Amino acid sequence: MSSAEPVHQLADHLFRNESKKMVAVLTRIFGMENLETAEDVVQDTILQALNVWKLKGVPENPSAWLFRVAKNKAIDIIRRNKHSVQYNFTDGEKILLTSEYTLVTAMENFWRDELIKDDMLRMMFACCHPGISVENQITLILKTLCGFSTTEIAKAFITSEDTVSKRIYRAKEFFRNNDIKLVIPSPGDLKSRVDTVLNTIYLLFNEGYNSTSSKSLVRSDIMEEAMTLCKLLTENEYTCLPEVFALMALICFHTSRNESRLTTEGEMILLQSQDRTKWNRGLIQIGNDYMNKAAFGNVITAYHLEAAIAFEHCIAPSFEQTNWEMILRHYEWLCKISPSPITELNKVVAVMQVGGAKAALEQLETIKDRKKLESWYLYYSLLGEIHSKLDDVIKAKEYFHKAIEMTRSETEKKMLKGKIMVLQ
Amino acid sequence: MKEYLFLFRGGDGTTVQQSPEKWQEHMQKWMKWMGELGQQGKFVGAQPLTTTGKQVTGSKKVVTDGPFMEGKEMVGGYLICKADSYDEAVDISKGCPILEFDDGAVEIREIHEVKM
Repeated sequence: MSSAEPVHQLADHLFRNESKKMVAVLTRIFGMENLETAEDVVQDTILQALNVWKLKGVPENPSAWLFRVAKNKAIDIIRRNKHSVQYNFTDGEKILLTSEYTLVTAMENFWRDELIKDDMLRMMFACCHPGISVENQITLILKTLCGFSTTEIAKAFITSEDTVSKRIYRAKEFFRNNDIKLVIPSPGDLKSRVDTVLNTIYLLFNEGYNSTSSKSLVRSDIMEEAMTLCKLLTENEYTCLPEVFALMALICFHTSRNESRLTTEGEMILLQSQDRTKWNRGLIQIGNDYMNKAAFGNVITAYHLEAAIAFEHCIAPSFEQTNWEMILRHYEWLCKISPSPITELNKVVAVMQVGGAKAALEQLETIKDRKKLESWYLYYSLLGEIHSKLDDVIKAKEYFHKAIEMTRSETEKKMLKGKIMVLQ
Repeated sequence: MKEYLFLFRGGDGTTVQQSPEKWQEHMQKWMKWMGELGQQGKFVGAQPLTTTGKQVTGSKKVVTDGPFMEGKEMVGGYLICKADSYDEAVDISKGCPILEFDDGAVEIREIHEVKM
């Protein structure tokens, strides 16, 4: 390869994919408290790849090349720090890294393909430790398990690189101070720890699905990463719980509509106007398979119900022909097991379809924590919607304007302005 | 528990080293043997030694080159492990892959806790 550009293009995708694997393996070797070392090794490896590949072309098996370089760098570090207390190689097969008889072979064994998925899973549990704030969990996951750079994370959340670095620093400090082991939690803790991980994946996915702070409304790269992480959980014999399958189904159903959610100019298309032929039938089928797997056992979680609602939308031939009664029933159940003002608000949307605008307004007024919704643009947008259906143009306009004030997303603002236009 | 020093002699495995597959297979045996010691918490340390060497002798500190002995007499590496008795140490040593070679030998010495 002669020019640098193709190397960069290939590199971006490849590096993101391989660096998360390398970080997971190296962190297992050096310990969670030395996440920094793992990241440094990966960084050096990628730099070396860029330099060498630019001159000599991309090797036939680039991943193997990267892994080999990373292994050698890790071996160098171990040799250089033989008597340092920074790295603890006393337990398990790590002790074999301390002897030249076994160092190279032991290093090789850490990189076995079949172990890497579990390494990433363990890493996921460590990153989603309940002692770390959700914000920092998401940042850390994007950095270590999704291979995003600090700059990319800052861009995705419209925040400064400084803030991102601080969040990562705090999480790393937590690992250093608390001796966090890289393990799949024991059966007693498993359920609650999986819950935390699922919550983080769910939030991560939402960030991609409906980017609150990014210029583009949909970040399909983030959605894809959330899907990959959730898939890892479905593939492990201990963590493949019904709620994991349910979240996976939910992610598939929502992702299946990606192609129809934005115009070519990046403007938002509402559900009722989406071209349903663009929906990814294959993905809906996959989601459906996960849904079936989620049905074993006797647990119904919020993910089950949200997936069931998304499924109803996915199979409806049109907005009008959607089974709104069924959706309303799911929402009623959802409000019972996972009550939140936002869920209540979503229920109101279903009520409007089933019982009309008047019923919706009455329902809306029964929401207990309505105050909490008042900082959310969708609340005003829905009020505008209801009043426009009730032919109260003045109030509808007022609410839509309020909604515009509340959202930071340009595409949402445009969509709301469109609604006001229709009112005239 | 006491500590024992194993000195490995001979068994340089030159013939095995010529085939990468066989060599790897051999190294996996060291992995297994030392790995088990590690699992049992009996492994302290181990390193192979190069065939070069220096010797410093007496109060005049005369320096000479190399051990200059036959391959099978030369110490090629060491391992320190924990064991309750010579019997246990001997049992452990029997698993050492160096004994796959007929000229391979393990000398076992208990580490002397010097009492003052």
